[in-house]
Amino acid sequence: MALIDTETAPERVKLHAEHHAHLAHHFESMEQQREAGTLGMWWFLLTEIMFFGGMMLAYTVYRHMYFDAFAKGSDVLSIWWGTFNTAVLIGSSLTMALAVFHAQLGNQKKVVMFLLFTIILGCVFLRVKYIEYSDKFTEHVFPAGDYRWPIVHEADRPNNPGDLLMMLVGIEPLNGSVDAQHEAFPEKVTTKYAESKAYYGVDGAIPENAQDSGFGGHVRMFFWLYFAMTGFHALHMIIGIGLLLLLMWRTRRGDFSREYHSYIELTGLYWHFVDIVWIFLFPLLYLVDRHL
Amino acid sequence: MSEHIVPKKTYYTIFSALLVCTALTVVFAFINLGNFNIVAALAIAAIKATLVILFFMHVKYSSRLTKLWVAVGFIWLFVMLAITMTDYLSRAWLVYQP
Repeated sequence: MALIDTETAPERVKLHAEHHAHLAHHFESMEQQREAGTLGMWWFLLTEIMFFGGMMLAYTVYRHMYFDAFAKGSDVLSIWWGTFNTAVLIGSSLTMALAVFHAQLGNQKKVVMFLLFTIILGCVFLRVKYIEYSDKFTEHVFPAGDYRWPIVHEADRPNNPGDLLMMLVGIEPLNGSVDAQHEAFPEKVTTKYAESKAYYGVDGAIPENAQDSGFGGHVRMFFWLYFAMTGFHALHMIIGIGLLLLLMWRTRRGDFSREYHSYIELTGLYWHFVDIVWIFLFPLLYLVDRHL
Repeated sequence: MSEHIVPKKTYYTIFSALLVCTALTVVFAFINLGNFNIVAALAIAAIKATLVILFFMHVKYSSRLTKLWVAVGFIWLFVMLAITMTDYLSRAWLVYQP
């Protein structure tokens, strides 16, 4: 039985009945509507590229100027946490892609399931970020922090996957665990860049009062950028998790169908973009100059 | 609907490739390649980002307009980094002139 009596209904209503319920009137077809949505989302993502790009540029310039300080600052971060979080985020991208896949097929129950997996993995990422940030605060290594020089490692860092999992659920690791290779800061800067920088002294020695100027100040610049970049990334994750929760609720309510699921698809684009940002942050902040 | 549906298998393949790339980039970070450490790190990151964009974000199956849009975004980012660094990298040349 037709919902609208095509014999007696006015012309305006008849036209409305002919197209999909979710097709806005300024679009020709569902396909054009979807295409416009994708393009619009990418437009937003391009502004996001420039947003993070500005910080990447600051990082590039300061790393060029304060090469040694950035290498030593990077050493303070835990490579275990960084690698683990990269894997978690890639996993969340997979579950997000699968949520979109099932949305395209119209399997609403699986969409909800994979959205939930994505949210859980997002929360695991933020949990690790929380642990890392508290470690930095414990050691006074934050932009306005009065960190001592050299940095004393008071907080535990995982040295193996077992430690990592225990710390993730809030248990202290068994073997005490402060990473030995990070305990001693160098008394001298040995790379070729050191010679051209006056504040290292003639033989590349780091001055003792380097707390707020020279080398110490430059390490501080590294951490300023670390907190700005990872902080804004984490903020994007929090917003993303909020969007996913909203999507889960709307999917359960039955708002989406095989023909109409743009919200899921476009939120997927956002989530993958946040993943891409981390793909670049991970090597830039955690990995470069590990070999020095 | 002419929406392209990527098979599930592709997603799992890309996921594995991304994990392998992550392992590789960590391994490379501990090998001393001199100036090429940063090159290797960024090259692997670029490969990972490309995989995510092409397959997870469906750009490979999108219209040519979308592809152009995406490319333009990264080209402008490159222009911003490149032109700024031509300044910073060449400053020292002036200072150390005999």
